[in-house]
Amino acid sequence: MDKLEQVKLVKERSGTDARKCMKCGKCSGRCPAYNEMDVKPHQFVSYIEKGDIDKLLNSKSLYTCLSCFACVERCPRGVAPANVIEAVRQEVIRVQGENKIQAEKVPEMIDETIPQQLLVSMFRKLNK
Amino acid sequence: MQRIGVFVCWCGSNIASTVDVKKVAEVLKAEPGVVISENYQYMCSENGQALIRNAIKEHSLTGIVVCSCSPRMHEATFRRTAESAGLNPYMVEIANIREQCSWIHKDMEEATEKAIILGRSAIAKLKLNAPLTSGESAVVKRALVIGGGIAGIQSALDIAEAGFEVDIVETSPTIGGNMAKLDKTFPTLDCAACILTPKMVDCAQNEKIDILTYSEVESVKGFVGNFKVQIRKKARFVDEKKCTGCGECMQKCPSKKGLNDFNMGLNTRPAIYIPFAQAIPNVAVIDPEQCLKLKNGKCGLCAMKCNVNAIDYTQKDEIIEREYGAIVVATGYKPISLENFNEYGYSQYKDVVTSLELERLMNAAGPSEGHLVRPSDHKEPKVITFIQCVGSRDTSGCGKPYCSKICCMYTAKHAMLIREKYPDTEVHVFYIDVRTPGKNYDEFFRRAVEQYGVDYVKGMVGKVYEENGKLMVQGADLINNEQVVIPSDLVVLAAAIEPSPTVRKIATMVTASIDTNNFLTEAHAKLRPVESPTAGIFLSGVCQGPKDIPETVSQASACAAKVIGLLAKDKLKCNASVAHSDETLCSGCSVCANVCPYGAITYVDKEFRLGGGKTELRRVASVNPAVCQGCGACTVTCPSGAMDLKGFTTGQIMAEVDAICKR
Repeated sequence: MDKLEQVKLVKERSGTDARKCMKCGKCSGRCPAYNEMDVKPHQFVSYIEKGDIDKLLNSKSLYTCLSCFACVERCPRGVAPANVIEAVRQEVIRVQGENKIQAEKVPEMIDETIPQQLLVSMFRKLNK
Repeated sequence: MQRIGVFVCWCGSNIASTVDVKKVAEVLKAEPGVVISENYQYMCSENGQALIRNAIKEHSLTGIVVCSCSPRMHEATFRRTAESAGLNPYMVEIANIREQCSWIHKDMEEATEKAIILGRSAIAKLKLNAPLTSGESAVVKRALVIGGGIAGIQSALDIAEAGFEVDIVETSPTIGGNMAKLDKTFPTLDCAACILTPKMVDCAQNEKIDILTYSEVESVKGFVGNFKVQIRKKARFVDEKKCTGCGECMQKCPSKKGLNDFNMGLNTRPAIYIPFAQAIPNVAVIDPEQCLKLKNGKCGLCAMKCNVNAIDYTQKDEIIEREYGAIVVATGYKPISLENFNEYGYSQYKDVVTSLELERLMNAAGPSEGHLVRPSDHKEPKVITFIQCVGSRDTSGCGKPYCSKICCMYTAKHAMLIREKYPDTEVHVFYIDVRTPGKNYDEFFRRAVEQYGVDYVKGMVGKVYEENGKLMVQGADLINNEQVVIPSDLVVLAAAIEPSPTVRKIATMVTASIDTNNFLTEAHAKLRPVESPTAGIFLSGVCQGPKDIPETVSQASACAAKVIGLLAKDKLKCNASVAHSDETLCSGCSVCANVCPYGAITYVDKEFRLGGGKTELRRVASVNPAVCQGCGACTVTCPSGAMDLKGFTTGQIMAEVDAICKR
């Protein structure tokens, strides 16, 4: 697919306007999985706005983001970094049909503190 | 038949780049009644006005239409031009082909067509215009200043300096406002009390200034030059004239558990108290919610101890009625409530404080006598972390969408003062942007970094949590691209500021307009920044928008200059566009009198001839033209169509509409 088209699609699917970002970094300040991510939440917003999607498609963060939506909750400008990550994630899964989470490993990862959003997101990944 | 002149302005390229001005002038020349139609680059310039004046004389014009910018901009200019050429100023109509046409359209052909239609409609209205003359009204030479913070104080002092009487109405028991609570002031670091209290004393000693503390504006009636204001002087249960401010009563009062507002609730005060040592007036006040005598009749210790018998438990609220020529709104601000920002733990941890609380903690007159200690255990904090933009620049709905403007500077000030006084304390500041425009401001901020070694971290804090007795501040460091966690002893939040909650009520009373953030709107953002669009109402300080002390003082003085300009006049020219009632149609229903915000309408019993020698006594509306401000509220409420507004008659408006609809 054409890169520009792909960027447009991701922006559309995320439903977020990256231009509203004021680069305060609160998303990355709050992120509980920050140290596991190679591309940080605020960078997802910044890269997608610049149209640089390759870095995002190849990012480890797609699999380490917990989809806890803390970044969305805390953003003072109504931008939703987790939605961008999710939109890129879908792009990768659709293209490659790949999955980095094994279904049998899921039960041992679950404990009662895990946000429900994460489980939903995980099943979404497994579904594809 | 009228002889009409049409003058089409280019406004440089503002109009001419989207509207074919020559064509507009040409087409409008063919309109019936138009004898001359001209176009010129800048109609408001001296040459442009000369062109209009000459045309009026040469062609014996009876009225003119100027196709130009909004009438709010230059209607007064062109009315003066017409008047100087011997034409009645109300025989001038403006067709707004800039704001309502060229600025909002891109297509030249369509914009030109619209400009022609707007011109035609103005011509149609002008044909029904009648020369009007304005009456005069007297000016009450006294000003009211609502709010006794630094803005109100400065405005009052300047107005009094010019020789006019001023009343300051302040809701709290003392004047001084937020500035009285501050420790030091940027960028020179002089102590706030040292520069404010002399001004407070000046106010108290000035014969022209009357300070009404613990008082609220109850109602405002009237109009520019003639406001009638009711002020509620709340019962303070202490005779202001007798009390000497000795403070004996405070010592003896057994009910000592009231939260001390002046210290931001960081300590307590007795039920009878003087807010702070330099309070003006230096008079005690009793909190009726807390006083044992007022609550259940048992106590009365303060009255027993008072040497001058100043305590009066029977005191009642008092309503004072006064007249003013001008009203200054100086209601100020307060920090926002932080209930939407649980991530910073303000309500959870005692050692997370706001910047205004820190001011009190650092102030020599504060709860810890200027010794900076944490509220929880009164120990000196060794690591202090500041978080900026708490609720500012927030469009998510939790905070305020605007920049609070003062926080960058006061945070730099706090950081610097702490490093100066406690050099072994580590200070971190999380920021989004450091905004320090202003004389010596950026230099000040850089000093905090370069000279005092304050650690500025570009990024925002995501959460604050407690671990091993430390407040863990977790945030992003965007420059190093890492997430940092700073174990801190004290966390200071630079909370956004918002207009005082009283401002909405005041704005409604004085019919001043207010924006979506509750800041008062100025008459013109650039050219009339200290006036409200409502005549006679002036804006001083943060009620108009966030500003620091130097800017507040400048604006307060500017505001005073405008008030003095008004009060210096003996008579004001009234608006000539006033309402009048057609007595043959009026049914005397009183609806118009009820909606009139100025109290201009009264009712009279009048005898009408019915024919055949019979007469009838009827009650009809009568408008006082000196009081009517021409708002038109009565004309649209009148069920029988008896009320009409001179210069904006129903017939004229319909003629305009017809001209627009006619093709």
